[in-house]
Amino acid sequence: MISARGLRKSFGDFEAVRGIDVSVRPGVAFGFLGPNGAGKSSTMRMICCVSPPSGGELRVFGMDPAKDGPKIKARLGVCPQEDTLDVELNVYDNLFVYGRYFGLPRAEVKGRIEELLDFVQLTDKAKAKVDDLSGGMKRRLTIARSLINRPEILVLDEPTTGLDPQARHVIWDRLFRLKQAGVTLLLTTHYMDEAEQLCDELVVMDQGRIVAHGTPLGLIQQHSTREVAELRFGVGEHEALAAKVEDLAERVEVLPDRLLLYSDDGEAVIEAVHSRDLSPVATLVRRSSLEDVFLHLTGRTLVD
Amino acid sequence: MALFTAAVSATVARPLRGGEAARLLLWRNILVYRRAWLVFITGFLEPVFYLFSIGIGVGAMVVGFEYAGKPVDYREFVAPGMIAASAMNGSLLDATFNFFFKLKYNKLYDQMLATPLRTVDIAVGEILWNQLRSGIYVTAFLLIMVAMDLVHSWWALLVVPAALLIGSAFGAVGMALTTYMTSWQDFEKVTLAMMPMFLFSATFFPVTAYPEWLRWIVEVTPLYRGVVLCRELTLGVPSWGSLVSVVYLLAFGAVGLVVVRRRLDSLLLT
Amino acid sequence: MTDYADSGPATPPTAPAGLVSGALRMGDYWLTVLARTWKGGVITTFVTPFFYVLALGVLLGGFVEADPATLEGADSYLAFVAPGMVAAHAMTIAFSEMTYPVYGMVKWQRIYFSMIASPLTASHIVLAQLGFLMLRTLFACGVFLLVLAPFGVFGTWWGLLMAWLVQGLVVLAFGTPVLLFSLSIKGEESFALIFRLGMIPLTLFSGTFFPVANLGPVLEKVAMASPLWQGVNLTRMLALGEIDWALAAVHVGYLGLLAGVCWWLAVRKLDERLVS
Repeated sequence: MISARGLRKSFGDFEAVRGIDVSVRPGVAFGFLGPNGAGKSSTMRMICCVSPPSGGELRVFGMDPAKDGPKIKARLGVCPQEDTLDVELNVYDNLFVYGRYFGLPRAEVKGRIEELLDFVQLTDKAKAKVDDLSGGMKRRLTIARSLINRPEILVLDEPTTGLDPQARHVIWDRLFRLKQAGVTLLLTTHYMDEAEQLCDELVVMDQGRIVAHGTPLGLIQQHSTREVAELRFGVGEHEALAAKVEDLAERVEVLPDRLLLYSDDGEAVIEAVHSRDLSPVATLVRRSSLEDVFLHLTGRTLVD
Repeated sequence: MALFTAAVSATVARPLRGGEAARLLLWRNILVYRRAWLVFITGFLEPVFYLFSIGIGVGAMVVGFEYAGKPVDYREFVAPGMIAASAMNGSLLDATFNFFFKLKYNKLYDQMLATPLRTVDIAVGEILWNQLRSGIYVTAFLLIMVAMDLVHSWWALLVVPAALLIGSAFGAVGMALTTYMTSWQDFEKVTLAMMPMFLFSATFFPVTAYPEWLRWIVEVTPLYRGVVLCRELTLGVPSWGSLVSVVYLLAFGAVGLVVVRRRLDSLLLT
Repeated sequence: MTDYADSGPATPPTAPAGLVSGALRMGDYWLTVLARTWKGGVITTFVTPFFYVLALGVLLGGFVEADPATLEGADSYLAFVAPGMVAAHAMTIAFSEMTYPVYGMVKWQRIYFSMIASPLTASHIVLAQLGFLMLRTLFACGVFLLVLAPFGVFGTWWGLLMAWLVQGLVVLAFGTPVLLFSLSIKGEESFALIFRLGMIPLTLFSGTFFPVANLGPVLEKVAMASPLWQGVNLTRMLALGEIDWALAAVHVGYLGLLAGVCWWLAVRKLDERLVS
């Protein structure tokens, strides 16, 4: 469905995307995971045909965005990072005018609006002004809007950023249903829980390059251990104490406020730490996540 | 830890006195405009353009014009009308659009009220700024009039405080009305009031052009009173009309100020 | 809870076949916006020009000598001012529609970005927007002319008709450069400047309220170069029925060229801002 080879994007001197290879099969939920500035949005914009690539090759539905932009856009659904909703119109109007841009007949657009409002649970807000909606509702409206043309691929750029946990779960649920209905999802995020829950396949991006590719579980297994023990000591002590606990785990990461000890058995590590007369202020054992994968591959955290 | 304990005892914040607060607000507005000086200067141009266009351009075709029983040059007739009109326009625009923006979107005043400033300080401070700017514009306009030989009397010097009076009065009333507005659509009503006043308050033609019954209605509108005041001063023929105007404008402004203070109190402090 | 893809006919969404069909897809957008916002503009669109004509044309006009020699052929000051005001009104509409609303569509609400996510391109968007501007202006100026007609200021009915149609050209001659301006600026402070240094002097000095001959020989030539004078003079000639066809052709050519060039530049600028 989408294939990119050596794809690049520069803005003047700044290289946002430095040659990436991606291939998206139909029906998957494909994620781009990475911190802000990794080049995820730039990549999305190239795929959505609103940003010409600076180099490399990109094909969407087998077509070249530079030549067949409108044809590709007719079959895509786009949910951008910033809501581009019209606050002078109400919810219904926003969906109506957007559907017309695709050349759909009026009656058909009206039929779909009802269907979509039901899907995102905004039916009772049909005549509400956009300004009166909460952040989560606005995002659901944007998703509904992006589906008006029954797209084959739905592109979502940071769909749940800035939303409260409940709103996020509602959206994840809707996206999951879409996936089950056969829509290919393409999403970018810097939330590891979102990537883990929604994506079948993902690439990890950092500074314009792809640093890892695989399924969420596969990536964790490949780049991290099964469990992580987190130790917190006093301020500024972590660096020095790292040396003392190195041999207890497969790998140790030093963060400003904690030490991370990677091992297959977290509890055992904690016991060993205590037996060495070290008294951490707090300890925690958890399973590895994509955050740990990212930390290992780049030395930085996903969220700055 | 010294970061937190050391500074506390050094100076203690105290509530500002009235004059200080207003001066602070004035200073803030000046700072904002320092960067937009081109906007500041061009704001002065509109009445000058009207003077040249209608006063001189159309004036060339106006014959046998009289005011207060004496023949007068049309341009000398129009110029003071422009002073009064621009005093009104300048104040109203600030008192409505800018004020609304600051109130609703900028949350500027909420910010200020978190400090020792009071609502009356805010109202006075805003008006002071408007009048400072208006005073500069009017003085510049008066100098142009002198250069064009349109002024023949020392009474004309009083037109500067007269314009400030007009501006303050409209500013206070404008702000009062703005506190009742809820959306940008309401501003149509401001235009609806301002524009006919600008055109029909004997700015471009004498009030004698109206039939008797319409004439006295116009005579009680605020801009007409302002125009009469300015015109009598620049032409050097002050009469009871001017005195009535001064009292009228003072009362007009006072009512506005009282309403503003009450409304700001209820809007910002509940 | 309905499923994603069922119920009802399914027209496959397509890229627009041509420029006009693409622009027509935006018809519902503009109609909807009009339906929701028309009340806010009724007064400035319909009432304001009428008041100007009343105050200056009629009341002030009572003091102006009605000499066709000094009034470029008009029988009265009102007959002189009225057509000038129509053209000035078209210009005013162009300015008010193409400044803050356009800027809002780029910067604040980013509506243009939602349009470009669909199969529409910058050319479609601009055509639809300018087409709508023209229709609005023709409506407003049409009402204005109808209100003025009973005052006996127009020469012939076909002159009146042409004077009306010409406003479509006038509004484009101003709408396109202002659109280009609004798409290019970085901050909205610049708007105050084009209103104060552009629209207002143009309104006052382009032969709307007095013949440009009153400006003196040098300034007269300067005023004649302005697009509003071209529009005012053309409208006046048609309205009064005293047409110098050669000069009319010059006016049409000037306005058309201005509109055409700025249109092309505006499409390129919009494309640049949306696709980068």
